[in-house]
Amino acid sequence: MLSDTRDHKRTVRKMDTENKIQQELIAKFTYLDGKVKISRIRRIFVEVTQEKFTDVFEYLINNEGFLHLCTITGLDEGATFGIIYHLSEKNGIVINIKTSIPKENPVLKTITPYFPGAEIYERELTDLLGFEIDTLPPGSRYPLPDDWPHDEFPLRKDWKPKELKPEEKKNA
Amino acid sequence: MRESKKFRIPIGPQHPALKEPESFSVALKGEKIKGVDVRLGYNHRGIEKACEQRTYIQDVYLIERICGICSHTHSTCFVQAVEEIAGLAVPKRALYIRTIIGELERIHSHYLWLGVAGHEIGFDTLLMYSWRDREVVMDVLAMLTGNRVNYGINCIGGVRRDIDETQTAQVLKAVGILEERTKYYIEVATEETTIIKRLSGVGMLSREDALRLGAVGPTARASGIDYDIRQKDPYAAYAELEFDVITDAHCDVYGRTVVRLKELMQSYRIIRQALKKMPQGQLTVRAPRKIPAGEAISRYEAPRGEDVHYVKSNGTEQPERVKVRAPTLANIRTVKYMLRDRYLADMPIVIAAIDPCFSCTDRVVSLNDTANKKREVIEWQKLRSYSIEWYKKQGIDFTELNRKFKNRD
Repeated sequence: MLSDTRDHKRTVRKMDTENKIQQELIAKFTYLDGKVKISRIRRIFVEVTQEKFTDVFEYLINNEGFLHLCTITGLDEGATFGIIYHLSEKNGIVINIKTSIPKENPVLKTITPYFPGAEIYERELTDLLGFEIDTLPPGSRYPLPDDWPHDEFPLRKDWKPKELKPEEKKNA
Repeated sequence: MRESKKFRIPIGPQHPALKEPESFSVALKGEKIKGVDVRLGYNHRGIEKACEQRTYIQDVYLIERICGICSHTHSTCFVQAVEEIAGLAVPKRALYIRTIIGELERIHSHYLWLGVAGHEIGFDTLLMYSWRDREVVMDVLAMLTGNRVNYGINCIGGVRRDIDETQTAQVLKAVGILEERTKYYIEVATEETTIIKRLSGVGMLSREDALRLGAVGPTARASGIDYDIRQKDPYAAYAELEFDVITDAHCDVYGRTVVRLKELMQSYRIIRQALKKMPQGQLTVRAPRKIPAGEAISRYEAPRGEDVHYVKSNGTEQPERVKVRAPTLANIRTVKYMLRDRYLADMPIVIAAIDPCFSCTDRVVSLNDTANKKREVIEWQKLRSYSIEWYKKQGIDFTELNRKFKNRD
């Protein structure tokens, strides 16, 4: 029972920080009103347009202490591509900043000036979803092989794995 | 510096002496490393795409097979995300069992690492010892779950097997044996001068670089970063258990060794508490086949560091998107910095010290002589022998220590 009350206290204390981040974000960027959601303790989701992305992103890094990039997720959402940047800070709170880019022109600014480690995640977006990253330093592709066709992006919803030919099936 | 003096060595991607495929291309000036290019992806199996085409239940088993070492890591991380979206209140007993299996997995992974590290520096008696001891924990895992690897203990909403009193007694007995052995290894690592000399100052990664590059797990903690998901973003039963986050200020391979060894002691502490505090009750709650639309991000402190899973659902039996980021992918970039201006002979141990797991993320080195347009592929085994011989010439020789240890046991 002791542990239960301790848990409860922890929850209450931690949610204060989430609420504070939410309020500060909305106060600073009024257009984020209704776009910042706390899904549970230590989890915040923010939706921001591509134009305003850098402002919000820089603010979270410089003012709220989100200094660790967990990863970047790319999503195929039909008409658009979604990108979620998962950042965390020292208290274990993860903020998920979602933005989207049009499918016909999937260009995304690199975040390597903020997080040098983001390079490999951005290469993954290039290979698997066909994003164009402005501008990635030169380097080898990841994770697809060098002879992978340049117009096939496996994580797009319209990409289906090809059936193996009968002779390939024998070896599979 | 004349450009023509740089020499490029390819190591990888396919070689029988390597445990997993990846490719390093090392630019050398004399014996010093001037730059490292890493090419990953040789083991990319398209699991994220495959998850979208399968049901959540199938995905639990598929995701468990991302990695043979930290299989419980990935399956727990995934089910946590799905459970969060579905709003399932997982029974406490199940959370405790997940924690116990998770810590047993960390023990077997760290013991495995200790052996590999010993092997790479030529201290093979340590490899034999630690891998023998590792069998103790492997047997415990097999007893509890039915398998030595890929335990299959998790299901959406709980766990598949209970831990009974006889098993508890056996786990406690094994933990006792392992704790004694770990104390001995800590003594060896902190008192044997050959080990200290071989590992100190090798693969330096400053706190600032570790933060900037996003290093995770023991690699980050050995650079003084006090960050452990189990404590900062607790999952399973960790919020109710007491343990210390081990950090070290050495910032080198020696520090990474000490952190992992001391973490083992904390794992024993966690397992003992968990077995004692584990409440009685159900093992699972019923999970719906169709998961309501939503999204969740789940984090897990794997033996190698922070593992991240993002799951997005669309109301059907199959997920809309599953994103996995294994800890090695976050740590691999640090290797470039650790190796810069160091000797080629340090390469095996520096790479081994991040405890890379490329099946999770996704090995061979190539040398390029730009002057003569010559390209040479060096085998890992050859590089390892070269490294051991090179250090022998510097007076760091494990022959005596190997003999001494053999005689001790």
